[in-house]
Amino acid sequence: MDFLVSHYNYWIFIFLMMLGFYVVVARGNLVKKIIGLNIFQASVFLLYISIGKIFGGTAPILIDGNGTDPVIYSNPLPHVLILTAIVVGVATTALGLSLVVRINEAYGTIEEDEISEMDLEP
Amino acid sequence: MIAAHYPALQIVVPLIAAPLCVLLRRGMLAWLITVAVSWLAFFIAIQLLQQVMASGPISYELGGWAAPWGIEYRIDSVNAFVLLIVTGISAVVAPYARATVDQEIPEERHYLFYSAYLLCLTGLLGIVITGDAFNVFVFLEISSLSSYVLISLGKDRKALTAAYQYLVMGTIGATFFLIGVGLVYAMTGTLNMADIAARLDAVENTRTVLAAFAFITVGLGLKLALFPLHLWLPNAYAYAPSAVTVFLAATATKVAIYTMLRFVFTLFGADFALDVTLLAEFLMALAIVGVFAASITAIFQNNIKRMLAYSSVAQVGYMVLGVSFFSVTGLTGGIVHLFNHAMMKGALFMALGAVFYRLGTVHLDRMRGLGRQMPLTMFAFVIGGFSLIGLPLTVGFISKWYLILAALERGWWPIAALVLLSSLLAVAYVWRVIEVAYFRDPPANHPKVTEAPLSLLVPMWVLVLANIYFGVDTSLTIGVAESAAKSLLGMGG
Repeated sequence: MDFLVSHYNYWIFIFLMMLGFYVVVARGNLVKKIIGLNIFQASVFLLYISIGKIFGGTAPILIDGNGTDPVIYSNPLPHVLILTAIVVGVATTALGLSLVVRINEAYGTIEEDEISEMDLEP
Repeated sequence: MIAAHYPALQIVVPLIAAPLCVLLRRGMLAWLITVAVSWLAFFIAIQLLQQVMASGPISYELGGWAAPWGIEYRIDSVNAFVLLIVTGISAVVAPYARATVDQEIPEERHYLFYSAYLLCLTGLLGIVITGDAFNVFVFLEISSLSSYVLISLGKDRKALTAAYQYLVMGTIGATFFLIGVGLVYAMTGTLNMADIAARLDAVENTRTVLAAFAFITVGLGLKLALFPLHLWLPNAYAYAPSAVTVFLAATATKVAIYTMLRFVFTLFGADFALDVTLLAEFLMALAIVGVFAASITAIFQNNIKRMLAYSSVAQVGYMVLGVSFFSVTGLTGGIVHLFNHAMMKGALFMALGAVFYRLGTVHLDRMRGLGRQMPLTMFAFVIGGFSLIGLPLTVGFISKWYLILAALERGWWPIAALVLLSSLLAVAYVWRVIEVAYFRDPPANHPKVTEAPLSLLVPMWVLVLANIYFGVDTSLTIGVAESAAKSLLGMGG
């Protein structure tokens, strides 16, 4: 029980990840799929940030100026990495949504089953 | 000394050329830049391979930051070979692209097409050259995002849904990979590949490392179109513009396989993969089922581009099969098939691109009698097809020879028999095209077609001749692949 509670951020990560993944797989609406993909990616941000966190740690800034003060600080690297991943996520979402707009122009619908029906006709 | 900076230039040159194309806004200029950059990149890749073969692995510290802190580019015989494949294909695809792009993509979007193409090239080269695990993810996304754009530029509206499907599956794959890298970082506290490899031994038997291994292999399995994670590939290849199909079919899955080799062998180590996980058994089973399922599906396709796309899934199966032996011979076969498959699929898709250029379709019915109307193109297709089957004197034979050798070496003769049997399926689908093109009369109600222009024929025949040349003289390909296999298995070389 203690394990469950003390790692609650990881449980949230897993819950969000499976939630997003489920939406991608189960929904036929192309915009909803992109939203699911977004939740899926956002869950990973949470994982990375959890990894970098130390209880009682502060921001990684030198406080006394000469670096002799032994301060516990959070690892900044996962934050930096996840900034990159956030940018990638934004780019993916933008591209995905613009593809949905083009699909809507070409097919007149954004429902997956209707599109595959139209694709079956020659 | 400019030669010392070749590793950085390999990436930086195409990366800078891409926005330059957007700024110039002229399709013609953008194309010239693309050709020049592709050839320059090819030149650099040759130089790098020579350096590696002569004096061992190259380590390049980006921006002068020493390895564990800064990003290191590390080139050994494995990735030098893959760099050569990617840039070599780009060097023939770039001149080929002009005529097909003129026809398939509206004039005002040409410069954007070449810009996306260069970004895709940058991404693929970056994945291969980098020695930093997170950097792989960044370049993976650069190449993926640009390839979604390239695929969606196809003429058919199905290209849009194909690109969308690829975007969803590709993003899931890349995110899985990202989770895996994050877990590895949590256990080792480093992102440098050599550093990870050194520190992973101590924490090898933890559940976190196993989870990381699973996430990374499944994520990469999606990117490399390992059966049954290949569903995005057939439509993406079938409806993309011709030049894009050639480029992606010959490079994208190869780069993903390279990444898998790098993570499984260099980072986690072959012993870990063999003793702790069931990776070898999994890969072998999936590879063989994939080869058969995809080849059989290919036989029933009437869209020939789609047929070859399914054949690509089958060929990925051969490469993965080679890897799954975990022996020098098997890995040599798998790695050399990266090169050989790039040659044969490049030639075949280029021939189909020429057919599409003249006919506006690659449907089997419309290809009747094409052997007489487009003799050079269809003959290129025939030789490429022979190579795909694995007839002697073509590169396809070399790959299959090594795969069968690797199977017999372990005494697994049923595997060898299955490889031979699956070649018969390749005979079946290649023969369908040959039969229609050479032994049927052209459709009467359609206008006569003429041979493809020279700008398509020359790159196509360069690859066709490469198919034959490297099928006879294997000293370069086998030599490098063997040294790559040995270095992956930690036997020096």
